[in-house]
This record gives sequence, C-alpha cells and structure tokens, in this order.
Amino acid sequence: MLNTIWAGMIFVSFFCACVTGRMDTLSGAIFQGGTQAVELVLSISGTMALWTGFLKIAEAGGITHWLSKTLQPFLGHILPDHKEDPPALEAVSMNITANLLGLGNAATPTGIAAMKAMAKHSPARASNSMVRFVVLNTASIQLIPTMLASLRASAGSAAPLEILPAVWCTSLTALLTGLAATKLLERFYG
Amino acid sequence: MDNAAGFLIPLCLLLPVFFGLRKGIPIFSVFSQGAKEGLQNCLTILPTLIGLLTATSMLRASGAFELLSQLLQPVTDFLGIPSQVLPLALMKPFSGSGSTALLTDVFSTCGPDSFPGRVASVLAASSETTFYCIAVYFGAVNIQKTRHAVLCALLADVAAFAGSFLFVGLFFQNG
Repeated sequence: MLNTIWAGMIFVSFFCACVTGRMDTLSGAIFQGGTQAVELVLSISGTMALWTGFLKIAEAGGITHWLSKTLQPFLGHILPDHKEDPPALEAVSMNITANLLGLGNAATPTGIAAMKAMAKHSPARASNSMVRFVVLNTASIQLIPTMLASLRASAGSAAPLEILPAVWCTSLTALLTGLAATKLLERFYG
Repeated sequence: MDNAAGFLIPLCLLLPVFFGLRKGIPIFSVFSQGAKEGLQNCLTILPTLIGLLTATSMLRASGAFELLSQLLQPVTDFLGIPSQVLPLALMKPFSGSGSTALLTDVFSTCGPDSFPGRVASVLAASSETTFYCIAVYFGAVNIQKTRHAVLCALLADVAAFAGSFLFVGLFFQNG
C-alpha cells in the first residue's frame, strides 16, 4: 500500500508540474525533502530521547502499569489480541494519555514503543490491533489543542477556544469512523 | 487555561521521578538507557521520513493541491462547503507544516472567527498528519504490509472534514 502511494505521489507531482509549468520548482523541491527529514529528525531527537528516558522511569516506577490498568476496559475492546499483553497495553496507555494531553512530542516515542511491543507477535505484517492503534493516532484525540489555540489567538481571534466542543465532536466522529472501518475492512486484507 | 497547561509538562517529568525515587530505582541510569533507545528510534525512522518528505515536498511544489481544489470546487460549492478550506483538507494528511501554513492563510484571508476560519480550525485540530503517522509507526517496526491502515485512516480524515463542517454549522448557527 505504501509502495503504491509513494509512487503515486511522485507520478502525480510530475504530471501536475507539467500542467502547471512548475518543473523548476519541482526540481528544487526534490532536494528539499531529504534535508527537511534530517532537520526534522535532528530537531526532534533531543525531546524524543528525553521522553523515552522519562518513559523508562515511569515504567520502572509503576506509573505506566497503573495507567494501563485504568484504561484496560477501553483498550480490551480496541486491541483484543493484546488483552493479556502488559508491555503493549502499558505503552499504548502512555501514548493515549500523551495524545489526550496534547503532548505531541511525547506521543510519538510512546507510540513507537507500543508498535514495537505489538510487533513482537506479528513481525512481518500489520496485525489488526496495530492498524487500529495507528488509526487511533491519526484521528488525533486531543482534549485541549494548545497549538491551534495559540495560532487562533495570534490571528486575533476573540475567543480562541470557543471551537473546543466542535473539535471534540469532530475528533470523536473521525475516531469512530476510523475504528468502524478497521472492523469492517480487516477481514478483506488477509 | 494557560497556567494549567504550563503545569502539565513539568508534572509529567516530576511524577515519574518522584515515584521512581520512592521505589528506590536508579533513576538516572534508567533514564539514560531510555534516552538511548529514543535516539535509536530516531535513526530507524529517518529513512522512511526522507522518502515521505521528499514525495510530499514534490507534491506541494507541483501545484497538485491547487489543481485538485479547483477540480473539486463545483462539488464543494454545491454542498455549501467553504472553498477556502479545501486545500487545507487535502494537505492535512500529507504535511503538518504545510497545513499550518494553509490554516494561517485562511485566518488572514477570512479571519479566525469567520465560518471558514472556524471550519479550518476544527479540521486542523481534529486530524493528524496521516501519512507521517503511518510511515513513522510502521517504519519503526519495519513493516511494509500495512494492510487496511491507509484506507481506514483516510476514511477517518474524510469523516473529520465532514464533521468539522457539520459541527461548526451546528455550534455556531449565525456563523
């Protein structure tokens, strides 16, 4: 799937650049992507390491265990394969907490840890639970979108947070749609 | 609001340290071990990111998003969806920085408290950079067979687009 999409992005951009006459811009962009990726990884690696470090302490101190116990009723439904798999559940719980609190920098390392724990049971292909977990992350469940609020405030909004109820309803709709889709489609992708 | 958010992140660091100390864990060496794993993760996701960000920046430079928005405009006009939001909806799954730029664009042309401004806000906050998420998470465990992940995540994005439009209409009747 990623193969097709990646190839599609490259072909589509070539044809669109032909149509819009932006071949020069496109050539320039080809050299930007790699630099951007390295810059991005360099700029996040510090916080990434910091969070995985604190995550390890939280794990050793029993915080993640407590969290996963609290979220267990909910997680058991979404990730039935990992009901009896404490390492995966703990990492998933930390990831969901980080997402809810809007700690984007902390969410990625915890998400990677969760994927690694789940991949122990299915190393070569995505398991149903992994797909559900990734969909959970792409649908972005955030209680207070601080980044958006500050963007709105700096654009001169009278009430930057007035959109919160609409954001929650929309996130929930997206999340439920995504999860329903995984449930419907997982049998067609063997 | 600002104060509560300010406490959040320091507390996230304080709590593990506190509980770790109480349990008598060698917190600093545990921390360095975890930090090392974090750096290794960064290295693992780098090749995936280079591929994805190159394709994304090509797509942005080629004008594909503008072309697609123009193509879709009759449909969105018919449905009453503000056309200013369309490029953002198309960009969102691909690029976080790109969609932030488009969001501030909508803010400066329509204003953050206008109908398109609100729809764009809700849309930006209620979906993630789908392809980045999928590439990073599956890239970290080296899995290429992602099965239905992309399709389901994109369906969630479509739902977020429809939802942002519907719920802003619902919550702000005279917007």
